Amino acid sequence: MEVEVRYFATFRKNGVKKEVIPFEKSISVKELLTKVDIQEEDVAILLVNGIKVDSETILKDKDVVSLFPPVGGG
Amino acid sequence: MFGYNGKVLRINLKEMSVKTEDLNMDMAKKYIGGRGLGTKIMMDEVDPKVDALSPENKLLIVTGPMTGNPVATGGRYMVVTKSPLSDTIASSNSGGRWGAELKFAGYDVIIFEEKAEEPVYLSIEDDKVEILPANDLWGTTVSVTTKKLEEKHAKNCKVLAIGPAGENLSLIAAVMNDEDRAAGRSGVGAVMGSKNLKAIVVKGSNKPKVFDDEKVKETNKAQLAKIKENGVTGQGLPTYGTAVLVNILNELGSLPTNNFQKGQFSGAEEISGETLAEKYLIKNTACYRCPIACGRYVKMEAGEGGGPEYETLWAFGSDCGISDLKAIIEANYWCNEMGLDTISTGATIAAAIELKEKGYIKEDELDGLKLEFGNATDIMEWTKRMGYRQGLGNKMAEGSYRLAESYGVPEFSMSVKKLEIPAYDPRGTQGQGLQYATANRGGCHVRGYLISPEVLGLPEAIDRFATEGKEVWAKIFQDLTASIDSLGVCLFTSFALGAPDYADMINMVAGTDHTGDSILEAGDRIWNLERMFNLKAGVDPSQDTLPKRLLEEPVPEGPAKGWKHKLDEMLPKYYEVRGWTPEGIPTEEKLKALGL
Ligand code: SF4
Repeated sequence: MEVEVRYFATFRKNGVKKEVIPFEKSISVKELLTKVDIQEEDVAILLVNGIKVDSETILKDKDVVSLFPPVGGG
Repeated sequence: MFGYNGKVLRINLKEMSVKTEDLNMDMAKKYIGGRGLGTKIMMDEVDPKVDALSPENKLLIVTGPMTGNPVATGGRYMVVTKSPLSDTIASSNSGGRWGAELKFAGYDVIIFEEKAEEPVYLSIEDDKVEILPANDLWGTTVSVTTKKLEEKHAKNCKVLAIGPAGENLSLIAAVMNDEDRAAGRSGVGAVMGSKNLKAIVVKGSNKPKVFDDEKVKETNKAQLAKIKENGVTGQGLPTYGTAVLVNILNELGSLPTNNFQKGQFSGAEEISGETLAEKYLIKNTACYRCPIACGRYVKMEAGEGGGPEYETLWAFGSDCGISDLKAIIEANYWCNEMGLDTISTGATIAAAIELKEKGYIKEDELDGLKLEFGNATDIMEWTKRMGYRQGLGNKMAEGSYRLAESYGVPEFSMSVKKLEIPAYDPRGTQGQGLQYATANRGGCHVRGYLISPEVLGLPEAIDRFATEGKEVWAKIFQDLTASIDSLGVCLFTSFALGAPDYADMINMVAGTDHTGDSILEAGDRIWNLERMFNLKAGVDPSQDTLPKRLLEEPVPEGPAKGWKHKLDEMLPKYYEVRGWTPEGIPTEEKLKALGL
C-alpha cells in the first residue's frame, strides 16, 4: 500500500511539498509521523482525505495525509 | 483621564466649521470606544433610515482606549457610519499607524457632518485643525494623494485617504491609511466621497496618559510573551501571513472556487502563502506596536509594496478560478490605489464572470476585455474600471448583489445583506455560516471568526460539519470580537489572548474595573445596539440568511462533498441564546439588562 503525504508551511523541508510513501502493512498516522520525522505535538492540523483525524487513525491504501503546523489568519 | 483623550472633533463640512467637544466619558466607558462608541454616537445622532450617501449621514472616525497606548497592537481605529452597500450600521477597522497618530494629536473621535461644496481635506496638527481645499488631489490615486500631503505637511505626518473609487461613490470603496492599510468593508469610502472629503492628514505630539505605568509595562510584557509563545501569533502569522490559509481551506475542500460553485481549486498551491513567501516576499511589515507583523511586503511590477492577504488571494484567485499570483498581486495593488475593498472587488468580478458564463452579461458589454474563470488577463483592468466606474465597471462598482440584481438574478451574488461573503465555504464550516448570516454588517468573517475552533482548533477543536452548540460559539465569538474592535487592538491577538487579558489591558491603561465577563457583556451590549440600528434602518431579520446556492446546492466534490448549509437548524437556537424573540428581535428584558 502507499499513502501520499502533503507538507505545508514550515513542514516543507528542503522544498519537499509532498511525497508518496509505500508501506508493507497498514500503519497508523502516529507511525507515519515517526517515519517522516515530525513530532506529533508540532502538528496543529492533521487531515486524512481532508477530514480531521487523530493520530491513532489507521491509514488505508491511497490515503492523502495533510500536515500543518500552527497557522492562522483571517 | 487615562487611556482616552476625552476629546471629540466635530467637523461640519457645509458650514466649514471645526469644534472641539468633551467626550461623554460615561458613554465612552459603557461602549468602550471604536466600534461600540461609534455605534452609540450614530444611534444618538443619526436617523437609521437616512440615505447613506446623503449629507444627513455622518462619518465617524473612532479610536479605542488602547489606540496609541503601550499595549500589543494598540494602534487601530474604526470608521463608523451607515453603510451604502448593506444599509446596516458599518464599522470597518484598520491598523497601520494613522490611528495612533490621531490619538497623539489629542482626539478620540472625529465626527464629520454634512457635505462640503468642493473637495476638501482635513489637516490636524495637535490643536491646529483646518479644512483645506483638495481640488488638486481629487481624482488622484491613494499613493499620489498620500505623497502630496506628506510633502506639504509636517514631517512624519500620517495620511488617511480615499481613492477614485470613494470619490465615484463605488459602494465597495474603502477608506485607506498609510497607503496600503484599509478600513475595507461596507463601502465606507463611498460615504467619505459623498461628503467631498478626500483625506485626513494628522500629526500629533503627545501620548495619552495611562492609569498605572508600571502595571501597564508588566501586563504588556506578559501578554507579549503569550503572543510570542502561541504557535499562530508567534510563528504562523509572522512567517506566512494570513495567506497560509489558502492551502488549509483547499485541503478541507472549503476554499470557495468559481463564485462558490466548487470547494477546491486545482491552482491553490500557486496562489498559496507558501508560494508567496518563496517567490515574492521581501519582508514582513507590522502595524503600530504589533509584535506579530503579519503584513507582507512584496515584489511587484511597480517595484515593491504591500502584498495580498488571504482574502485577496482567494477573491481574485480561486473565486475567479485564477492561479496567476503575479496578476493577483497587481490587482491587489490597484485595489489599494483605487481605494477598493479587495474582498468585494474580487468577489464581484467572480459573480460577473458567472453572469457572463450563464449568458446574462453579453459580450458587447465587455469592450473587448476578457471575463472568464481562470483568465487573469484583464482582472487589473476590471479593477481600475470599477474604481473609475467605466463601462461595465460602472455596474460592478455597486457590488455583486446590485450587479446580479440588475440582470434579474440576485442569487448569483454570494453575499449576505449585500456584503460579499469571504473565503470560507459555509457548507464545510457550519458555524462560520451561521456567523455570516447573523453578522450585523452582513457577510463578514471577522465579526466572529468561528474558523478558529472549526478549522484551526483554537481555543479548542470542534466539528466543522456539526450544527449542535454552534449558536453558543457564535454568540461568544461575536461578543468578544465586538469588545476587541472597541478597544482599538487587532483581532489577531485573540489567537493568544482571552477576555480576561483584554480586561487586564483596559484596566491598567484606563483605570476601569473590567473582568473577563464584563468584557463579554460589553460586547453583547454593542451587538444588540447594532442590531437595533439595523432593525430601525429597515434591515429586517429575513435578511439573516445565506445565498440560495449555499443552502440548496450541495458541494459537488472534495472532502465537503454533499454538504449544504443547515441554517434552519441553527438560527432559531441562535436567536434564543441571544435573548431575542423567535422572530429575531431583542426583547425588552434583554435590552434593559444590557442598559440599552
Ligand atoms: S497582526 Fe497583522 S493586521 Fe494585526 S496589528 Fe499586527 S500586522 Fe497589523
